[in-house]
Amino acid sequence: MHELSIARELVRMAEEAARANGARKVREVRLRLGALSGVMEEALLLGYEAACRDTLLEGSRLVIEPAPVRIHCPRCRRDVEPEGLQLMYCPVCGAAGGTLVQGREIELAALEIER
Amino acid sequence: MPARILEIRRSVLNENDRRARVLRAEFREAGLLAVNLVSSPGAGKTSLLVETLRRLSSAHVPAAVIAGDVETDNDARRLASAGCPVRQIETHGACHLDAAMIARRLDGWNLETFDYLFIENVGNLVCPAGYDLGEGLRAVILSVAEGEDKPLKYPALFHSADVVLVSKIDLAGPCEFDREAALRNIRAVRPDAAVIETSARTGAGLDAWLEHLAAARCRFLTEKEAPPCV
Repeated sequence: MHELSIARELVRMAEEAARANGARKVREVRLRLGALSGVMEEALLLGYEAACRDTLLEGSRLVIEPAPVRIHCPRCRRDVEPEGLQLMYCPVCGAAGGTLVQGREIELAALEIER
Repeated sequence: MPARILEIRRSVLNENDRRARVLRAEFREAGLLAVNLVSSPGAGKTSLLVETLRRLSSAHVPAAVIAGDVETDNDARRLASAGCPVRQIETHGACHLDAAMIARRLDGWNLETFDYLFIENVGNLVCPAGYDLGEGLRAVILSVAEGEDKPLKYPALFHSADVVLVSKIDLAGPCEFDREAALRNIRAVRPDAAVIETSARTGAGLDAWLEHLAAARCRFLTEKEAPPCV
């Protein structure tokens, strides 16, 4: 259950950015969440609500944008999307050992603020 | 009321990643490989580590340990019996270690006197996955008693492994451990991970593990820090 600490850090970062931009209130937070981030969505949403209390984010909406896993295939020399987290091979040529280029993100993508 | 969209694009673990990079550079400078050991509770991290330390110590290879546990210092006391410096992190409920906790435990240690720093993470197959501790090697331990499908159930963690240690292989028979299925499942999640089958009780696989450590340390000390992932 590390989602609460993730939620707290997310709210801290969002509030800091909102204040720096003269916001009175944050309406929406957009989070890019990689399929291999190890973060459970429901737990994060629960933690988010708690972490927003008494901040500019109170009452805001957390929108999660899923980021699928992409690896760079060493043989095809391009980025490909494996067929699943339990099939981490290149779906085109079957090569193993591709480096991960997307899928671990826990990224504050954008905020919708009111001034 | 005018609303506005602000583009941010910053990792929520940015601060931890930054601290971990600082630690990694310090470790490299000191000639030390940090090894992050992760597994579920009861997979045999401590036993495997005690045997690893005994062997390193009889070969006069200096090592230190940071042991994380939710409560108690039982593991730290077991590890200290192997004769090397041990520091304990009691997380009091937190389910993983982070780079700041490691940095705080290094105070007063002369890192240059160690070849290895073993970090025994909190027993957990979920939360430690995203937290870089500045390690140069991440070892995920899977015991034969746990079931062969653990890698499929916890892909985020198994995918982050540089090496998977299958532990307690002396119990493979009584546990009806399906070795082929386990290896297949590890490869499905992390096709290029090294796999070493070990037993802390019989000593099986420990020579291979020590060789793997030595090679990883050499590689780590000659590598350059990769640019931060976005």
